[in-house]
Amino acid sequence: MAKLDPATAPVARRFVLPERLRNVGQSYSGLAALLLIILYDILFRPHFLQVQSLYNDLQEVAPIAIIATGMTLVIATGGIDLSVGSLMAFAGALAPIIFLSPLLSNNPLLGNTLALIIPLLATSLLGLFNGFLITRFRIQPIIATLVLFIAGRGLALVLSNDKLQDFHNPSFQFIGQGAVLGIPFQVILMLIIVAVFAVIVRITTFGRYVLATGGNEAAARLAGIPVNRVKLAVYTISAMLAALAGFVIISINSSSDATRVGLNGELDAIAAVAVGGTPLTGGQANVTGTLIGALIIYLIGATLISQNVSFGVAQMIKAAIILLAVYLQRQRKG
Amino acid sequence: MADISTMKASRSSRLASGWTRSKSILQRQGALIALIVLVLFGALRYDNFFSTYNFLTVISYNTTFGLIALGMTFVILTGGIDLSVGSLAALCSVVAALASPYGLLAAIGAAALAGLIVGLFNGWIIAWLRIPPFLATLAMLLAARGMALVLAKDATVSVNATPDWAALSQGILYGIPLPVFLILVYAIGSFVLNFTRFGRHVLAVGGDEEAARLMGLPVERIKLGVYAISGVLAGLAGVLLAGQTFTGSPNEGVGWELTAIAAVVVGGTLLTGGMGSVWGSLAGALLLGLVFNILNFENGFGFISLGVSWQSVIRGAFLLIVVLLQSRLVRTKKVR
Repeated sequence: MAKLDPATAPVARRFVLPERLRNVGQSYSGLAALLLIILYDILFRPHFLQVQSLYNDLQEVAPIAIIATGMTLVIATGGIDLSVGSLMAFAGALAPIIFLSPLLSNNPLLGNTLALIIPLLATSLLGLFNGFLITRFRIQPIIATLVLFIAGRGLALVLSNDKLQDFHNPSFQFIGQGAVLGIPFQVILMLIIVAVFAVIVRITTFGRYVLATGGNEAAARLAGIPVNRVKLAVYTISAMLAALAGFVIISINSSSDATRVGLNGELDAIAAVAVGGTPLTGGQANVTGTLIGALIIYLIGATLISQNVSFGVAQMIKAAIILLAVYLQRQRKG
Repeated sequence: MADISTMKASRSSRLASGWTRSKSILQRQGALIALIVLVLFGALRYDNFFSTYNFLTVISYNTTFGLIALGMTFVILTGGIDLSVGSLAALCSVVAALASPYGLLAAIGAAALAGLIVGLFNGWIIAWLRIPPFLATLAMLLAARGMALVLAKDATVSVNATPDWAALSQGILYGIPLPVFLILVYAIGSFVLNFTRFGRHVLAVGGDEEAARLMGLPVERIKLGVYAISGVLAGLAGVLLAGQTFTGSPNEGVGWELTAIAAVVVGGTLLTGGMGSVWGSLAGALLLGLVFNILNFENGFGFISLGVSWQSVIRGAFLLIVVLLQSRLVRTKKVR
């Protein structure tokens, strides 16, 4: 767990070992839970270990894990981003409009490049807008991002004329259907994103700034940390990752339905972050924990449904697991 | 504006703060003023806008949101949040539909009871297990949806339609038109907040929880109370939802919680708690609801043709404008 605590570290040197052990427990209890579920799956879920089914599971997790990574950074600054689900729909609606447009249909390479770059930039701008509301006007993150939660999906629907956009575009859909060395592309994308941001949080200045901002904003400001720019950056990153997740979903479906893409995505992401051990109060970020959290939540649902438990009951059990995870983490800190 | 500080404000300071007060009125009544402006705009521009029929339709349709927003107001006043209300309304619509063979009253009772139980559970998790409200009610959002699907066996449940239910679908509850019912409920809410001990305690907890605890207020029980209120009102909203379509719909109500939060914020209640107004939330809910109505009338003119999807864009813009104005007002207040 990346945690900024330089003030107490040298003083409490004598207690470093128990502290470490506790941190290890905290970091690996999620992993242990995940391993337990996997063990159960290996024993009782038919075909779980077959490559196809394994990839299938990972493919389902990828979009959630991608937006949850951005959400981890946002939450680490003490904020929250409710707009990611709607932004997924926005990017997902914009991309097919571009590569299906008659102007670009005879130049697929240009079309696909623009279909990646323009939505990515446009969505990032919306993320920047979130950050702008939060830093410039001091609006609470939950409200500031509520604006685009409501308006973002509306924009997506307006852009796509309330129509389902069906398409067949293998080179664009490589994002959701392609494979490198047999591994589905979006799984690789997810792993790269998680790894990059885990490293960023741990060792870069920006990562330390993010944690400092969430830990104590006033102190961070006094210490000369560009708090506002840090916040602008995390909301922009969150939006950009939401756009990528949107691409993945429309590529898997071969269609873009603005009413459905990313629906409840923000809540899934927040749940993954919470189960992964990042507290909502900010100042801490556990990016790999978030991936584990996303995997735990998804695998529990998938396992229950494969055991013929109804979707409704599976939802209730998921809810209980989220509560339990948050409760246990609270205990440990208490 | 319901604010705990008015309790201790002495007479002289009350006079001195006249200017601050007019500003705070602007903040409190911003939604009401905007609502009046929008209604005037509609009345002047469209022929049939200022008709009883139109008003009854708009308000009846938005009664569900109005009820949820009232519960949300109480929760937010304590500094909490309740994300479970949308799925809870869906769950309670299923419960109401299942209980409908025993009459409308039984359906209302069952739905309110279901809402109460879920609300109490929310409150217990938040107050005694100390799980942040956002996460506790997020889990309940999933659980209530799951329970709704289980009870409804993954389908919609039809309501055993008696004349009572037929009247409800026309916007009349036991002879009371829904707009009147809504105003009645809000009057009770406003009374509870401003004139009862519980209401003042709610504001005190939201204003400064630690101070409230040190003063000896039963903070846990107050929190339990607000989530219970929110649950019961979501239950009633579920009955109305079932009444609109004669079905208990386990998949309805997605995103209602966030619309309700938007209505409360537009109504001038601060998300940090401790300060806000009940009537503002009603104005906020109706304001967001009226956007759709105005859009319909405008499309009827034929100059423009904006689809339903514009509705959410315009709602988002509304929310944006209001929070921008509020951020200015709140900031100038802090500087003083």
